[in-house]
This record gives sequence, structure tokens and C-alpha cells, in this order.
Amino acid sequence: MTTFESVFAAFASGDGELYKILGLTVCMTLLSTGFSVLTGFPAGAVLASLSFPGKKLLRRIIQTCMGLPPVVAGLFVFLLLSRRGPMGSLQLLFSLPAMVIAQFILIFPIVTSLTLAAIESRQKAINQTISTLGLPRYKKYLLLLWECRGSLLTVVLTGFGRSLSEVGAVMMVGGNIQGKTRVMTTAIMLETSKGNFGAAIALGLVLLILAFLVNVIANHFQEAQND
Amino acid sequence: MKTKQIFITRARKTGALMVVLLLALLPACSQAASVSTTNTSAAVTAQSTTAATTAAVTDAALTPAETSAAVTKPANPVVRLSTTTSVNDSGLLPVLEKVFESSTGYDLQIIANGTGAAIKLGESGDADVLLVHAKASEEAFVDAGYGMERIPFMHNYFVIAGAAADKAKVADCKDAISAFKAIAASQATFISRGDDSGTNKAELALWKSAGVTPSGDWYVSAGKGMGPCLTMAGEMQAYILTDKATYLATKAQTELVICLGESDDLKNTYSLIAVNPDKNPGVNTQGAQAWIDFMLSDPARAIITDFGTKEYGEPLFFYDGAPS
Repeated sequence: MTTFESVFAAFASGDGELYKILGLTVCMTLLSTGFSVLTGFPAGAVLASLSFPGKKLLRRIIQTCMGLPPVVAGLFVFLLLSRRGPMGSLQLLFSLPAMVIAQFILIFPIVTSLTLAAIESRQKAINQTISTLGLPRYKKYLLLLWECRGSLLTVVLTGFGRSLSEVGAVMMVGGNIQGKTRVMTTAIMLETSKGNFGAAIALGLVLLILAFLVNVIANHFQEAQND
Repeated sequence: MKTKQIFITRARKTGALMVVLLLALLPACSQAASVSTTNTSAAVTAQSTTAATTAAVTDAALTPAETSAAVTKPANPVVRLSTTTSVNDSGLLPVLEKVFESSTGYDLQIIANGTGAAIKLGESGDADVLLVHAKASEEAFVDAGYGMERIPFMHNYFVIAGAAADKAKVADCKDAISAFKAIAASQATFISRGDDSGTNKAELALWKSAGVTPSGDWYVSAGKGMGPCLTMAGEMQAYILTDKATYLATKAQTELVICLGESDDLKNTYSLIAVNPDKNPGVNTQGAQAWIDFMLSDPARAIITDFGTKEYGEPLFFYDGAPS
């Protein structure tokens, strides 16, 4: 893969290296978005329903973390997992789990904060209905989330987009190792540093096609539900 | 109706005000940007000067600066030098840049990339002169008509660094080829730059000479710059082929040791190549020539020979001068 055409040829012919990169990218994105959604949705729902002192401050902090620079998250995870770091004995540095952890730190605040906002905007109307049902608390949260599923799909897609496009943190803790931690964005950086600008652009297009497909599928579900 | 009109007028006024504000901000910002760049480059130069200069360098730097009143600014003062990260990161270039600029009036703009990208910038005419270290690619660049003459003018040595345990007993090897054979035989982890850089090319050539096709879990192709790869080698307790300057700069953090250094097959030659104006008419040929002339002159020799002796107790680069 050195030129624009060769990337698409590799894409068409099912070239092992390109598909390994694509597979790792999809795997990492699904895992980090998945974990963020699994934790961020409940966190957002709980935060929206409860009122307690310091809630405003907590909210500001989470919102600030939405803009956390990826390299800072990367550096934090790097130091944590480094051989001399507190979790060095796990030997997780330069592996897929390390990349997922770093991305989780980036995406969790985004999912939590956007979920909180999505629920709050419709909470009054929903709460009136829910309170009449006399449900246990966890079911209330689930119902709350379910009622907001349209906007929550956008939240998932936002997290997904962040994970797919992120390069600073995965470069740092993944290491861009061929066949092991090389994903689309780090491959694009590598081809750029090699001077293979055509290949870098082509990889960027492949990445965009991937993102487009995911959005098409997600919207298909959303529209199916609305019908 | 009336309120709507008022709203529109207000919106227009606010819009006009914002455009005016933006227009006012633009030159201010660009000015600030240019000021801050000069400041940064000055700061960088000052820093590396204090870090690495000895009396000789300061002398060389001061003499032309004193006579700078006599230096007339060239018609086309900007010279774009495309180079590799290893030369730039060592801190040598900023020192040379300062002296070159004060003695000739040129403004040297250093663009540091991996060797692959560094040479590509010459092909596309985005650089006037190259300072790189990958003989085969350089010769291909000149043969294809993109560059003028290839001038090898200085060298240093790659080293094979690794964990102190030295699992593959590289320290007992007489040269790099046998060391690479030993590493492959013991399947000890080896970090490859994997980024088409000059160092990566030198490494691949060594594997070829050793008759080994490196692959498997022990061979890690990282696709990153020298510094990050050294960090990775330290973390993974792996062997790595590295330039000495970057190794010395990071060894406190990586805790790697030099297992093999200064064997003949680890020699690393740096060359200067002016970009051919026939292929890229816009390039600054006079500026490129002025930089090459400066690099082959005595003040540059003094700086290069001396660079690193104070900080590391040994020179980082060996000056060869103009090829006869």
C-alpha cells in the first residue's frame, strides 16, 4: 500500500494487511463505544433523575472532560500501564485493551453528558407518566432511557465517531504495531510520515466509507422504529 | 411587522459589527503568530546553544554576527531545508541555523520528517535543499532528476540498544550482521521503526545482509519516530537499531544500554542535495547553494565536530567535508 490506487486495489482484493487494520479499527471502536455506552447511559440517567448538592459542579466537570485532549488521556493510561507504572505488571501497554481503556476515558464523559442532556430535555413529560406506574427505581431508569432512544442513538454515533477518528491516544498507548495495534488513523499517520500521501488519502476515504456505512445502518434502525 | 423590521436591522448591525471585528482581528492574529514563531525559534536556538555549545561554537557564532552590518539580505531570503527528525532532534541543526542566518542573511526554515517524507518534499518542490541519510533513496532521487549532486559530508554510527540483560548476547558479536543473526536466532523482541525512515532502511538492509526475513511475534514493526520507538523498546525490554544522538537523549528514561556500537556496518552517512530547478522551477537555488557552501565551510566544521562533546563527552557527528 504505497499509492492511492494500491489501497483501493488492496480493499477490493481482500488484502490481509488492510483488512487486519480495518478489523482492529472496528474491534477497538465497538469495544470502547460499547463500554462507554454501557456505563455512560446509566450514569446519565441517574444524574438526570437525582438532585443532590454538587450536582452542578459534577456536571461542569463531566462537560469539561468532553474536551479532554486525547494525548492527555493517552499519557495518563501510558503512565498507568508503563512497566514502572502502578499497573505495569499486567503488561497491557501496546495492546488493544490499552487502546480501549484510553478511548473509554475520552468517550465516557461524552456519552454521559449527552445522555444527561437528552433525558433532561424530555424528563418532565416522561416523569409524569413513569410516576403513575409505580415501578422499581432501576426500571424507571430503563424506561427513561427507552423513551429517549431517538436522541440516544445520536449519542452512540457521536461516541463512535470520536473513537473512530481518534489518533493521539491510540498512537501513544497502542504503539501503531503492525498487525497488532495498527488502526486506520495511525496507519494514515504512518503513510503520511512516509511521504505516501496518496495512500494516506485513500485510507482516509476508506475510513469515511466505514463511518458512512455505520451511520446508514444506525439511521435505518431509527427510521424503522419511527414507522 | 415593525418588530420584525427592527429585528432585521439589529441582526444586520450585529453582523456588520462582527465582520468588522473579525477583519480587525485577522492582521492582529497573523502578526502575533509571526512574532511568536520568531520568538520560539529564537528560544529554541538559545536553548540548544546553552545546552550544547562550547567556546568554539560561540566564537564561530559571534564572529559573523558582529559583521552582520556588512551582510546584505539576499533577494530571495527564504531557504526551505527538508531533513529527518534525527538531525533536528539532536539539536545540531538549530545551532547551525543560527550561524548560517547571521552570516548570510538567509532565513532557513527547517522541516523535519521521516526520510521518506523528507525526500518527497524535494520531489514536489516544497523544499529547496535536503539533508538526509538514506543512500539508495538519495541516489534514486538524483537519478530521477529531482536533485542536483549528492554531497555526503558527515557521518555517525547507528547503535544496537537493548535491555541490560542482553538476552541474545549481542555484546559478544563482532558486527551488526552477526548481532542481527543472534537476535533472530534467540527470537528476542526487536522493535523496527517500520516507517520507511533512513534508520528503518538501514535496519532492513542489515536483515537482508544477515539473510534473515524478520517476521513473527518477536519482530515488532512500530511505524513511529525514533524517540517513541526507543520508549517502546524500554517498555518491552527489546532490542532496537537507533541513531546514537536520540539514544543518548532518551537513555535516562528508557534505561537501555548500547549492546553494539561503531562497527563498520553501522556507519550512517548524511548528505546534502540541492533540489533541481529544472523539475521544480520555483525553488531557491541560490539559497540552497549558500546553505551547502556554509555546511562545507570551516565554521560549520567547528560546530559539527564539537557538537555533543560537552553534554555527552563524545561527538555525535563526524565531519567528512566536501567529497574530493
